[in-house]
Amino acid sequence: MTRDGDEGPSANRLELAGICKAYPGTIANDRVDLKVRPGEIHAVLGENGAGKSTLMKIIYGLVRPDAGEVAWNGTPVRIRSPRDAQALGIGMVMQHFSLFETLTAAQNISLALAGRPDIDSLSAQVAEVSARYGLPVNPTRLVHTMSVGERQRVEIVRCLLQSPRLIIMDEPTSVLSPPAVEQLFGTLRQLAAEGCSILYISHKLEEIRALCDTATVLRNGRVSGVCTPRDETPASLARLMIGAELPSFSRRVPAASARPLLSLEAISTRSDDPFGVSLADIDLTVHAGEIVGIAGVSGNGQKELMEVVSGERRLAARQAVRIDGVAAAHLGPRERRAMGLCFVPEERLGRGAVPSLPLSENALLTAGSGLVRHGLVQLGKVEAFARRCIADYKVKCGGTGAPASSLSGGNLQKFIVGRELLQKPKVFVVAQPTWGVDVGSAVFIRQAMLDLAESGAAVLVVSEELSELFEIADRIAVIAGGRLSPPRPTGETDATEIGLAMTGRPTATETAVHAMEMRLATRV
Amino acid sequence: MRLVFERRAAPSRLMAWLSPVIAVGVTLVLMLALFALAGRDPLASLQAFMLTPLESTWGIGEWLLKSAPLILIAVGLAVGFRAGVWNIGAEGQLIVGIIFGGALALKFSASGSPLLLPAIILAGAAGGAFWAAIPALLRTRFNANEILVSLMLNYVAQLWLTYLVFGPWRDPAGFNAPQSEPLGQAALFPVVLEGSRLNASVFLALAALVLGWVFLNRSYAGFQLRVIGLAEGAARYAGFSVNRAVWISLLASGAAAGLAGVGEMSGPIGQIFPTMSPGYGFAAIIVAFLGRLSAVGIAFAGLLMGLLFLSGDAAQLEFGWPASITALFQGLMLFLVVAADVFITYRIRLLPRLPRSAP
Repeated sequence: MTRDGDEGPSANRLELAGICKAYPGTIANDRVDLKVRPGEIHAVLGENGAGKSTLMKIIYGLVRPDAGEVAWNGTPVRIRSPRDAQALGIGMVMQHFSLFETLTAAQNISLALAGRPDIDSLSAQVAEVSARYGLPVNPTRLVHTMSVGERQRVEIVRCLLQSPRLIIMDEPTSVLSPPAVEQLFGTLRQLAAEGCSILYISHKLEEIRALCDTATVLRNGRVSGVCTPRDETPASLARLMIGAELPSFSRRVPAASARPLLSLEAISTRSDDPFGVSLADIDLTVHAGEIVGIAGVSGNGQKELMEVVSGERRLAARQAVRIDGVAAAHLGPRERRAMGLCFVPEERLGRGAVPSLPLSENALLTAGSGLVRHGLVQLGKVEAFARRCIADYKVKCGGTGAPASSLSGGNLQKFIVGRELLQKPKVFVVAQPTWGVDVGSAVFIRQAMLDLAESGAAVLVVSEELSELFEIADRIAVIAGGRLSPPRPTGETDATEIGLAMTGRPTATETAVHAMEMRLATRV
Repeated sequence: MRLVFERRAAPSRLMAWLSPVIAVGVTLVLMLALFALAGRDPLASLQAFMLTPLESTWGIGEWLLKSAPLILIAVGLAVGFRAGVWNIGAEGQLIVGIIFGGALALKFSASGSPLLLPAIILAGAAGGAFWAAIPALLRTRFNANEILVSLMLNYVAQLWLTYLVFGPWRDPAGFNAPQSEPLGQAALFPVVLEGSRLNASVFLALAALVLGWVFLNRSYAGFQLRVIGLAEGAARYAGFSVNRAVWISLLASGAAAGLAGVGEMSGPIGQIFPTMSPGYGFAAIIVAFLGRLSAVGIAFAGLLMGLLFLSGDAAQLEFGWPASITALFQGLMLFLVVAADVFITYRIRLLPRLPRSAP
């Protein structure tokens, strides 16, 4: 397959017609059409599970469609592998980075290029491309020492070195701080101005309105609309995306209380994992009736902090974690649950639930104390508990016998949240409550957390979605580099201030890069 | 046309039960082929193998006698296998059970005390558990792989027994043969089926089946082990201790293997030789998997495997085939079970050939 030189102005850069792809049990793409013009930033918008990722994998040659036509610059093509796609001039920046942590940026880039490029001349090329597009990358730096934003820049530079005519960006901002997002947008606009087309996958409506020329909206595998995002409102885009009005929820009046239900005091840990984050001097108190949010770019210590709070990692200093005034840092998850602390982890399958077990047995996973007598499982009670959880939290599933893996992300999250809330927690800790959850379920889950706080429980939410934290939290703290900033009342802060705190990394190696980032961000 | 291996949307429950049946069926077919290759009438040979041994009380007794230790050990192993704790050392644990029980039996046989047999049973279980505690300790303290440790301890146990039988335990009246004195009546299980060697140790296997069923299907501890085996992340989140699971798994399976050992020693053998087990500890691994790690399945699988041991004996006696024929049948079956299990999560589809792609 060779690059087609004919790029008539009338031809679309990429044209998909009638693309269908079915997996056992689901139809991922159903007669999808998509037209991308040269130099256009084209959004593909849709909820999780709407079929965006499958469509992109088809374009990049990772998945073969069951039916449909693909045309590149007006010529029908068949893309059988990423190699074919790259030969045409299609590049992709994945949502989950595919970099080797123990290699340098230049070594990682050389692996993706044909032949055996000389590392020194490659480094010069990398420097040139990164200067031209405002993508600061140090070619000799090891990937595991890089921030997520810098890793993404390595991916983008790697993609640009192959001189693509179309770049697919899959949820690129989910790992970036607000200034880094602005910087990325600047790069993308520059690329588009040079004639490179960009397919921008996202479910963030504001970003798409700020960046994209055209949007193709997917719902349940079908195209539900093509529009110009600038002419739409977030509400009208959401309607196209979910097929209904965005459900709203009631904001409660913050209840003032001085009773600390969860206290973290001077928590410092050393990470066992060489690529993990060590926590430094973390102090935090969550009071009864209060929701405290922790913002931050992922990989800044959220996982480690959650392990300390849930009891999966125990600390010798007993007073470092107190639940309703009782020292608990030396106790495991079951003891803490018995004290009234319930926890929802960010990974639903494999952690929050056992994929292959039915919902009834997944209910038993954490709700065991009331469902077991003399060491024997009370099957009737387990069944009743699971049925109640499914009914109360509107979980769409095939009954209590359905395996957890058969549920959609949103429904499984509702089940897990429901299972924890039915245990009437005094302290409720939840990580990424609405990650990969459809909009309707997300609103439902946020409402459940608000109701819980209103009933007098303390709620701690870790989330990368700033908008979510501003919606529900009374106070917001920021975690960066394993340090937690003092929480600020939501009303007295804004996204800009929080965003700045998210990039505020005190480590020496990061400072130079961030200074560069900030300079570039202000120039854009 | 082309054959495509395709992942199923959900594991097939039907295939989960059908897969052992298919494996057994194909094993039988291959056995028939083997007979035919050896120049014998396949069906008649199969009948001589599988059915003739069961036509007498003696035969039934032998069948149950061989099945009981397999079931006993397999139930113990299933506890650990469900949690992903792989005890491959049941053979060694069986031997150490014999060493512990045998020490009591040899010392107190003459006393004739009615407490001797219960004491031997307890000592056997303790011996097996002790031998299994070594891999448990090394795994929980130093994260040493329990597969390797338990496997290698088999050889240590065998050498220990060999030393005892050739040395301190050798029968002074035994013309220097490597064997102990015959055990006294008080150290033996009573026979329960007249006209056979079937003895009361078979009730140990029955008790293990009932206990195993309750533990695996109804107990909270069994549920915790299952979660640990299926998703360790979920187990840590729920606060189920992996170390505790390692200990429970290895102690339970070790004790079961030790019991099976004294069942042999104080049962049909009634003496201590350097070789006490025809590989029950290894065959029980096959039984556990063939029985889908469930108590009911293990009961059937144990009976089937016991029959294979019998027919292996028959093959040696009637056809003059080597003893390894038993291992051949067992290996064939394990291989086929594992192969058939692929169809639980995958299916085969016949698809038309892809059209030639456009240039």
